[in-house]
Amino acid sequence: MEKLLAPGHRACAGCSMPTVINLVLDAAGPNTIVATPTGCSEVTTTPYPESAWRVPWIHSLFENAAAVASGIEAALKHFGKDHNVFVIAGDGSTLDIGMGCISGMFDRGHNVKYVCYDNEAYMNTGVQRSSSTPPCTSTTTTPSGKVSFGNPRPKKDMPAIAVAHRVPYVATASVAYPVDLRQKVKRAISIPGPAYIQVNAPCITGWSFEAGTTVEIARLAVETCLWPLYEYVNGELAGVKKIHVKRPVEDYLKAQGRYRHLFRMKGGEEMIRVLQQMADENARKFGLLYEGDVACTSGE
Amino acid sequence: MIVKEEMSLRERMARMRVVEGSYAVAHAVKCCSPDVISAYPITPQTHIVEHISQFVADGELDSEFLTVDSEFSAMSSLVGSSAAGARCYSSTTSQGLALMWEVLYNASGMRLPIVMTVANRALSAPLNIWNDQQDSVGARDSGWIQLYAEDVQEAADAIPQAYKIAEDPEILTPVMVCMDGFILTHVYEPVELLSVEEVERFLPPYRPKNILDPENPKTFGAFADPSYFTELRYMQWDAHRRALKKIETVAREFAEQFGRWYGGLIDTYRADDAEVIIVTMGSVIGTIKDCIDEMRSEGMKVGLVKIRSYRPFPTEALRKALKDADVVAVIEKDVTVGNEGALLTDLKAALYNTPTRIPVIGFPAGLGGRDITVRDIRRVVDKAIAARDRGIEAEIEFLNLREDLL
Repeated sequence: MEKLLAPGHRACAGCSMPTVINLVLDAAGPNTIVATPTGCSEVTTTPYPESAWRVPWIHSLFENAAAVASGIEAALKHFGKDHNVFVIAGDGSTLDIGMGCISGMFDRGHNVKYVCYDNEAYMNTGVQRSSSTPPCTSTTTTPSGKVSFGNPRPKKDMPAIAVAHRVPYVATASVAYPVDLRQKVKRAISIPGPAYIQVNAPCITGWSFEAGTTVEIARLAVETCLWPLYEYVNGELAGVKKIHVKRPVEDYLKAQGRYRHLFRMKGGEEMIRVLQQMADENARKFGLLYEGDVACTSGE
Repeated sequence: MIVKEEMSLRERMARMRVVEGSYAVAHAVKCCSPDVISAYPITPQTHIVEHISQFVADGELDSEFLTVDSEFSAMSSLVGSSAAGARCYSSTTSQGLALMWEVLYNASGMRLPIVMTVANRALSAPLNIWNDQQDSVGARDSGWIQLYAEDVQEAADAIPQAYKIAEDPEILTPVMVCMDGFILTHVYEPVELLSVEEVERFLPPYRPKNILDPENPKTFGAFADPSYFTELRYMQWDAHRRALKKIETVAREFAEQFGRWYGGLIDTYRADDAEVIIVTMGSVIGTIKDCIDEMRSEGMKVGLVKIRSYRPFPTEALRKALKDADVVAVIEKDVTVGNEGALLTDLKAALYNTPTRIPVIGFPAGLGGRDITVRDIRRVVDKAIAARDRGIEAEIEFLNLREDLL
């Protein structure tokens, strides 16, 4: 089948974002209109007069994709047209600058499916911290240094914020679990009203990992329980992706340059312990482990 | 111009109703049948959207009405709606317009023919909810066409005209209809209300060629690198140039159908043989006309040029209207801090490459809602005559400045 995001776009080799977009569009089908804010996906896919999009697509500004999509949906409703309306956006525009517009879109109950490809920092401008950046991550605005372990703050819990808006379908997903992601997109479309799906999307330049390991990195985020896969339907936890063998967070951290300092700095171990506690808390909160399964405590 | 009168004065009087300015505008919007309306409450614009909401609630207007989270979202949502092929409307003022700033440029750059009323109000700080025109004047470079209304009837009648201009395939440019906050939005005046049927005869349905449609996927809002950007900006600029003619044509068509004429790009009042000409825009024109009548009866040759279209700027029309004057005084409800009034600068620039070498002086006035009285207008005329007779003393002077507070 012809991909709805055409090849030949300008994303980095090893970038997960085009894969996320194609998985989403593949599940949504060609009867779909996409709004995208300013960011990596926009600049790599639409250098005038070229476009990689085989579905109708609009970019307006950095912080307004949810509002733009609201307007599209309202117009379609008025004309009695039935098309899927999607936002596909990065974490900076979603969790930070576009927060007001997203809250408004959720609140007004537009039938807009919002997919955030979360690469956990402002990658298009050069790896600055966003409120989706996990703690202890070195970014260009929260660099590790003699007196810093990197980002000092926890990751903003955007799915919980979506649930608090009574968004009927909220899920997390991962580029490493394409079947799961596709199912979630289809489920989002099947439930009327807004939906929010946050997809873990490793960035090869920002996270600094070995070429060819994008999907493995994303899988490790899930297997360590740092990126739990779950879905909420009408405010209730409706499903989680269980983990057979829970990996220690070191396995995930040590594969990425953005956490290198934790293995080199004095006190880094303590920070890794904090991150491990976060993963353990995710496992407990979402019930990610099978009964009787034992967490794997050593690496590889 | 001579207007063909379709109806007798008696018929027209019978159609008149005393309504609030905001109601008249809302009613005109209703008659244009926009598909999507998106707005946020802010004084003194709020009554307009309240009236529109009521029309929707009563089933008199079949539009999607979005109660958005901010003016920024209001304009952003209309970018989406307009790209999806909808006729769109919003209204705002002051801080709300400032919050829309980024989207204003975006909407015009994407050539989306959105129409918006701006109920002109001062910009903070200090916070001030009263009328001046700093808000829309500050947005003069945003690529929107800007029409300024003298009274309620004009503000309402400008709405169908604005759509006809904006949606013309040769123009495709959003239009702001600017009306003075409170002075026009909250005043009750006898107004001839439009009807849907009449407006349908005047305004063709909106049938955009390029929309977001899965049957024919198109990309909206691609980024343009230096090899393309200039030409895209030029095309916008060129559309404004075409709009100079279109605004005149549409005003004439409106006058022919409805019997009401407000000028095209500009209008003049007793200006033909005037030695002193006042140039201004907005509701202060009513006061100025009264004052001119008084002064004319005293033998003073004073006239008025009203700016109806501030963007595109009516350079040629102004050159023609002012060429025989001795002196020009600009009264404007804005000031460019660090320079002078924006209209004063524009006007002087328009005259510069012409043989017209007359004194042009400017008066920021009515800022933050301060009244502009007949006495103030007389003072402006006196200063203008002094500038003519004795040379310019000050190019710019704040009208009615309270020295005791400085």
